[in-house]
Amino acid sequence: MTATPLSSSQGAGRAGDKIFSAAALAAGCLILAVLFGVALFLVVQAIPALTAPAAEIQGGEGFFAYIRPIVIGTLIAAVIALVIATPIAIGVALFISHFAPRGLASGLGYVVDLLAAIPSVIYGAWGAAFLAKEISPAYNWLAENMGWLPIFQGPASATGKTILTAGIVLSVMVLPIITSLSREIFLQTPKLHEEAALALGATRWEMIKMSVLPFARPGIISAVMLGLGRALGETMAVALVLSSGALTASLITSGNQTIAAEIALNFPEASGLKVSTLIAAGLVLFVITLGVNMIARWIITRHKEFSGAN
Amino acid sequence: MSSTLTPVRSKRSALTKGQLPKYAPYVVLGLALIVGAAILALIGFNAFGWGIVSAILFAAGLVGWSAAVEGSRKAKDKLATCLVVGSFLIALLPLISVIWTVLVNGVPGLIAPGFLTSSMNGVTGVYDNKAVEEGAPVIGGIYHALLGTIQITLVATVISVPVGLLSAIYLVEYGNDGRLARAITFFVDVMTGIPSIVAGLFAAAFFFAVVGPGTKTGAVAAVALSVLMIPVVVRSSEEMLKIVPNELREAAYALGVRKWRTILKVVIPTAISGIASGVTLAIARVIGETAPILVTAGFATSINNNVFGGWMASLPTFIYTQILNPTSPANPDPSSQRAWGAALVLIILVMVLNLGARLIARTFAPKTGR
Repeated sequence: MTATPLSSSQGAGRAGDKIFSAAALAAGCLILAVLFGVALFLVVQAIPALTAPAAEIQGGEGFFAYIRPIVIGTLIAAVIALVIATPIAIGVALFISHFAPRGLASGLGYVVDLLAAIPSVIYGAWGAAFLAKEISPAYNWLAENMGWLPIFQGPASATGKTILTAGIVLSVMVLPIITSLSREIFLQTPKLHEEAALALGATRWEMIKMSVLPFARPGIISAVMLGLGRALGETMAVALVLSSGALTASLITSGNQTIAAEIALNFPEASGLKVSTLIAAGLVLFVITLGVNMIARWIITRHKEFSGAN
Repeated sequence: MSSTLTPVRSKRSALTKGQLPKYAPYVVLGLALIVGAAILALIGFNAFGWGIVSAILFAAGLVGWSAAVEGSRKAKDKLATCLVVGSFLIALLPLISVIWTVLVNGVPGLIAPGFLTSSMNGVTGVYDNKAVEEGAPVIGGIYHALLGTIQITLVATVISVPVGLLSAIYLVEYGNDGRLARAITFFVDVMTGIPSIVAGLFAAAFFFAVVGPGTKTGAVAAVALSVLMIPVVVRSSEEMLKIVPNELREAAYALGVRKWRTILKVVIPTAISGIASGVTLAIARVIGETAPILVTAGFATSINNNVFGGWMASLPTFIYTQILNPTSPANPDPSSQRAWGAALVLIILVMVLNLGARLIARTFAPKTGR
């Protein structure tokens, strides 16, 4: 290499600096633009469905009559998933953070992460082929013995492809999310609080109840909210497992539908106004999950400021 | 017996009085298994029910014994332990069940001749009916879907990694925790929560508006996957760049090295193992995504090597369509055999990527000198 004049190399370096920082800034702004673009393009493509005469929308009663039952169906499936997953996920997180032998803990954490790694379509196939078949006797039992409850009203689905099965599959899928987030929060509990509780003679459970859970409460809430976001938007598990239909109160007959599954099942063959209707449904889903996620993240951020003091 | 006065003969000293003996859990477990088996024998034996009944009996027995000997506080502790361990075992059930189901159903599909090397081009219901009725071999495979998955994922990676990595560099090196940096961090977190199908709809809506209605190609799917992949890459790279010791940067600056060369030659090489493993994990996450590909690339039965033109198959959508719309509606078995075979291939791909990420992180971890 021949020696280059100092000034030109400096000039090149300065230009490099400018280009590089501009590229980094542009990439950061691109992310904001993408999120904005998601909202914008969904709105643009959804407008025809929102403004079309009511009779032309599927069902013939306008967009809101079309979207209302599937929004409720989405919420039902998500609530089932959370009711099942939350206690188990907190238990698993506690097991890994406070109960399991130290040497095993990280390996067990990896096992739970494997649950998150399995693709959703495989969960869907598993739910449809294995779980639905195995669980349908239980539905018959529920219909016979608990049928007076509206949610267990018979006759039970013979195939087991009901919204309850879909909710169970969803709960398996949100479990690792809630587990890994709460585990991290549990591990952040100030060691001194734990040791102080133990030194006062508390049993392990009392120590957890007095020092770990109060500390972790906001974290658990936000973890559950993030799990809710995932459960609301999950498509394949519901599309493959649920044999969909009109909105029904009973969880053990076929019926109900979720937004994501409705889009996945109908979009590939849709055209014209139907495409627009489905994109509008996607917009509704986007707004709901965005709201849930923003609340969850807000709780986490607020919590960070508090825990920084410890 | 004047037991209060005579020295205790047994091995249990005064210190361990009022505690359950060490062997207590094993005794209770043995009893629970035996009683559980007896109960199940009465109502019809199955292994799953045996496990459940025994677990309940074990918990009840241990907690009851503990309550009698140790008092209610210790008993509550035992109950909590039983519940926590139990919830972990319950969480393992679906994992084992899923992997077992995929293995049992997938192996026949995978070992069928030509499964990995042929496409579904020209495979019609006629052949499937023949396979069921006359015992002919099941033909058709996943070659086209495998190619499609690799191409779509590759394009998505090529889009996401530069954008994600540069954003992470902005956040760590240039952002100074300013308003823009905090906004990006917040919205990246929010983006990780975008439902995958909404990402697919976004890409579809974008291309419908820009290129023309009904545009469905591999590239559209790649854009959809990038929307899902970028936040994962940003988050993991950001974490990795943050843990690069500041002394390294300061040493470079002290030698008069420009900031961009410091980042390229010092910061990134130090963090490269973490970044690479983060990218691998991001690929593992999007390679199994079904919904976004379903609404953006459609499904094809033949090989399509052009990412920018025509519908394209992928492994997840192949599984989905083979289950939901069997090639021969009268005889869905060959289709489901192919679907499970594809599921096995997909799960192996994902697991290899996950393990690979861990190996990369471990092998190329920087030497911190501590």
